[in-house]
Amino acid sequence: MIAVENVCKTYSTRFGPRTILDNVSFRLERGRNIGILGQNGAGKSTLIRLISGAEKPTSGDIRRGMTVSWPLAFGGAFQTHMTGLDNLKFVCRIYGVDYKPLVPFVEEFTELGIYFREPVMHYSHGMMTRLAFALSMAIEFDCFLIDEAMVVGDVRFHEKCHIELFQKRKDRAFILVTHDANVIKLYCERACVLHEGRLYSFETVDEAYDFYTNRLNQPVSA
Amino acid sequence: MNPDVSLFRSLTIQGRTLHALMMREVITRFGRDNLGVLWLVAEPMLFTLGVATLWTAIRLNHGSSIPIVAFAVTGYSSVLLWRNCVNRCLMAIESNQNLLFHRNVKVIDLFLTRSVLEAAGATGSFIILATFFTSIGWIEVPVDLLQVVFGWLMLTWFGIALSLTIGAATAYSEIVERLWSPAAYLLFPLSGAAFMVDWLPPAFQKIVLLLPMVHGVEIMREGYFGNAVRTHYDAGYMAACCLVLTLAGLYLVQDAGKKVESR
Repeated sequence: MIAVENVCKTYSTRFGPRTILDNVSFRLERGRNIGILGQNGAGKSTLIRLISGAEKPTSGDIRRGMTVSWPLAFGGAFQTHMTGLDNLKFVCRIYGVDYKPLVPFVEEFTELGIYFREPVMHYSHGMMTRLAFALSMAIEFDCFLIDEAMVVGDVRFHEKCHIELFQKRKDRAFILVTHDANVIKLYCERACVLHEGRLYSFETVDEAYDFYTNRLNQPVSA
Repeated sequence: MNPDVSLFRSLTIQGRTLHALMMREVITRFGRDNLGVLWLVAEPMLFTLGVATLWTAIRLNHGSSIPIVAFAVTGYSSVLLWRNCVNRCLMAIESNQNLLFHRNVKVIDLFLTRSVLEAAGATGSFIILATFFTSIGWIEVPVDLLQVVFGWLMLTWFGIALSLTIGAATAYSEIVERLWSPAAYLLFPLSGAAFMVDWLPPAFQKIVLLLPMVHGVEIMREGYFGNAVRTHYDAGYMAACCLVLTLAGLYLVQDAGKKVESR
């Protein structure tokens, strides 16, 4: 279980403190999932960073009773002098996993070819995203953190991600943040809306959808 | 963190994480071309050799009975130990904060990785140079090897503790980083690397002995040269300084970790 309890996050600016998250609370049980909707700047990514542990809340508590992934397809932790293979070895060492059995999967999924053994600095943006996603899949977590904006790619890549994540790992929990209400409707069993630092919970996904599209006047993409 | 996670398991994770970070750091800094990881040791060796040559040329041992090469190797190696450890830890959080997305990587790991690697490089360089010069007869075998090791370990402790404190302090304000550079430059001539405390006027001795690293160098040199030199040091004072620095460093690292802003 993940329990987010009364979490506040304040950043200091030159014009005084700015509250990004204001008393946010929710729980996620093992194997369940939740979608969090929010407009640009609502604090979605901040929330993901706090849950991943990269940053600490200003106040409140986040308890993790299951293993939590780093934000899916996040490539920021890549060291550009290291090859794709080096980066695989690195995350495997961090999580105490043998990297050798994972090489075929990562090579196949990323379709990097010889570039798998080239420094990441020579990668295109797409190659980087594929590697980042493959590494996220290489380590087994109980709960995945998904910032939808990070997983960008063409239709085929999205299909592959879909199979790996929502079919092969459908027993796992996940937290998905996005600005796209349709994505939440498609993948999540429960939804909240993050608006001006506050988290609004709803009984059903449809209610969250209505609140987000009507009350907040967020147009729905086709 | 779960309270039921045992200490042993925590230590295992800690060790694993540090290993992963060190491997990463080594590849990043030195790459795979030419000497690769050997640069970790080769770089401080070149420094020490250069300084030893210079000091020999200007006879910095002031006509004392100590052989100049031994004097330079013991002295300058000690400087590398505390100066490089700190240098590598400046802004260590800022340049590595994306690693914190991995749950097992804590802020303290970022500092320990860099500090310990740097200390290892300086130690390797010292051992290789000392062994080499001893084998060609330019340096005598140490009178008391254990004491040399003790002095070196004290200096290592000092270097790592100082790097935690100053490295973490740079997370609060960049001014710390800017001040460290002139401070390191000024501390070098005062650090005991280029003189024996006994050569100084008594009033000045008292001031210089406020600096913890001076004690470490004196301990090491007594171990190396035995009765050939008169040394002034207080291991207890140095240990107390290191302890205070360690506690301050750990506190600052923990507190700096609370204000990490990644993106």
